[in-house]
Amino acid sequence: MSSRILHDSRLGVAAVLIVALTALGCASLLCGSVWLRPDQFFGADALGAMARLVLLDIRLPRLVLALLIGGTLGLSGAVLQGLTRNPLAEPGTLGVSSGAALGGVMAIYFGLASHFAVAIPLLGLAGAGVAMILTFALGRGGGTVALILAGSAVTSLMVALIALALNLAANPYAAFEISTWLMGSIADKSWSQVWLAGPFILLGCALLFLTGRSLDALSLGEAQAESLGINLERLHGLALVGTALGVGAATGVAGAIGFVGLVAPHLVRPLLGYQPSRLLIPSTLAGAVLLLAADLVTRIVIGPGLKLGVFTALVGTPFFFWLVIRLRKRAP
Amino acid sequence: MTDLVATGLTVRRHGKSILEQVSLQAHSGEFTAIIGANGAGKSTLLSILAGLLGPDEGVISIDGRSLHLFTRKQLARHRAYLPQNPRCEWPISVERLVALGLTPILPAFGELPEALSRRIEAALAQFDLLSRRSQPATTLSGGELSRAMLARAVVGNPDILIVDEPTTGLDPRHALDAAQRLRALAAEGKLVIASLHDLTLVARYATRVVALDGGRLAAQGPAGEILTAELLRGLFGVDASVSLTPGGPLVDYLPARSSTNRRQNP
Repeated sequence: MSSRILHDSRLGVAAVLIVALTALGCASLLCGSVWLRPDQFFGADALGAMARLVLLDIRLPRLVLALLIGGTLGLSGAVLQGLTRNPLAEPGTLGVSSGAALGGVMAIYFGLASHFAVAIPLLGLAGAGVAMILTFALGRGGGTVALILAGSAVTSLMVALIALALNLAANPYAAFEISTWLMGSIADKSWSQVWLAGPFILLGCALLFLTGRSLDALSLGEAQAESLGINLERLHGLALVGTALGVGAATGVAGAIGFVGLVAPHLVRPLLGYQPSRLLIPSTLAGAVLLLAADLVTRIVIGPGLKLGVFTALVGTPFFFWLVIRLRKRAP
Repeated sequence: MTDLVATGLTVRRHGKSILEQVSLQAHSGEFTAIIGANGAGKSTLLSILAGLLGPDEGVISIDGRSLHLFTRKQLARHRAYLPQNPRCEWPISVERLVALGLTPILPAFGELPEALSRRIEAALAQFDLLSRRSQPATTLSGGELSRAMLARAVVGNPDILIVDEPTTGLDPRHALDAAQRLRALAAEGKLVIASLHDLTLVARYATRVVALDGGRLAAQGPAGEILTAELLRGLFGVDASVSLTPGGPLVDYLPARSSTNRRQNP
């Protein structure tokens, strides 16, 4: 009977998230510098054509990107927290986001981005992969604390290299381009960016979704998980490649957007009995909801001056503080 | 009937030998206790017997079939393993914790089949956890957690149960309870191997003893014959007495006088 109740709570959480996603999605399509009404899309006049243009070529790709990027951040946060059994883990704390950011910065710095549109996401992927491998190699065998420390060491290295690129930028415009991109945004994106990043993000998410059962067994620690037949190398590989693909491509398209991966799993975890596999889908949805909401707030309430990545960092950091304080209280 | 046979197990780490040519046998229906001083190689031996660690030399076979011929899943269905101080890292419910023991036999997707739900129910009842089923596993007391972990280990109905230090950190009542439960599982027909430091518990509940000394096999055989003052003196460097009391055998020890003398007059 209790399993049925748990099952119901899962459905309830998913339903609430899907309703929120739908509402935010509609708002995201209709609101902005031009406010649209649904009936305008069907108008045969110039206003109707303009409305369709705004909807199909500006707002819809932005919405799709928000869903893809928010989803992959939420999902990778849930997987990395399950993998490290540490509630502070996320692509940002493990150095993946900054690795992807460095990749993107390299693409801009060396002028590759102006020649090939695909350069930023591809180098973003490569940067994320390198950072993830470095973090896992450095923190291997030392438990979760070592992994988090390794992540912050890798982040420091990536941030230092980004600073170097800014420092050595050929002219102020290049430095401005890099720093603007770094702030993270999904504004002014087109379908080409969706086609560029979408496949990598979806492939990354598919790999991450395969980790569920192994993450459950890992709640008992590595020795017990292995004794239950879990292949830890396969699990690490799935998490590593999945996160690098998903977060690498997401960062490549939108710049560094932090804290969504940290916050999303925490929003749904207590509602779902803390079981890592049950978190994956709700955390994906929650990540999409968070990013969509943040994008709407920056677009409508605050205005286009504030970048999405800056906003999520401003809102997410106090949450990080709260988590640390709560963990400190629980520590012996 | 399950037989576990290990021959010539040798493990070296950084040029130092952890286990040297250890051979042993264990059979279903028996509770085999591994004894030895700290650092004697007990945990390493258990990890190797569980198939989690490969020996540098030597072979292990279960019913005549070499351990490395088993896939991870097959092995996981056949034997359960509990490390020292097993922990649960998320506050999942006790019921969920026990259910994790079914990981190797779960269908790839979907909900828990009815037959497996009944097994969880039975394991919760067997280990007196029914009243705790919804409690977060991280809030259990040491004794309750050790019961929950044992329930997790046996819920999949393995033939072989390997447990590293099941009584560490438990008060006398719960340590007795844990040893009794292991004995009962052996009596049900399982092959139980556990490392134990409490030699009185070994003398009372184990049916077979394997003694390790510095990574080498010092002795093995039926508990009643093996546990002698002489062996314990060799293993632990203490003067021991094994006496029969109304409650069963009792192992008591004092610092070895001769070893103190040796230290004073090198």
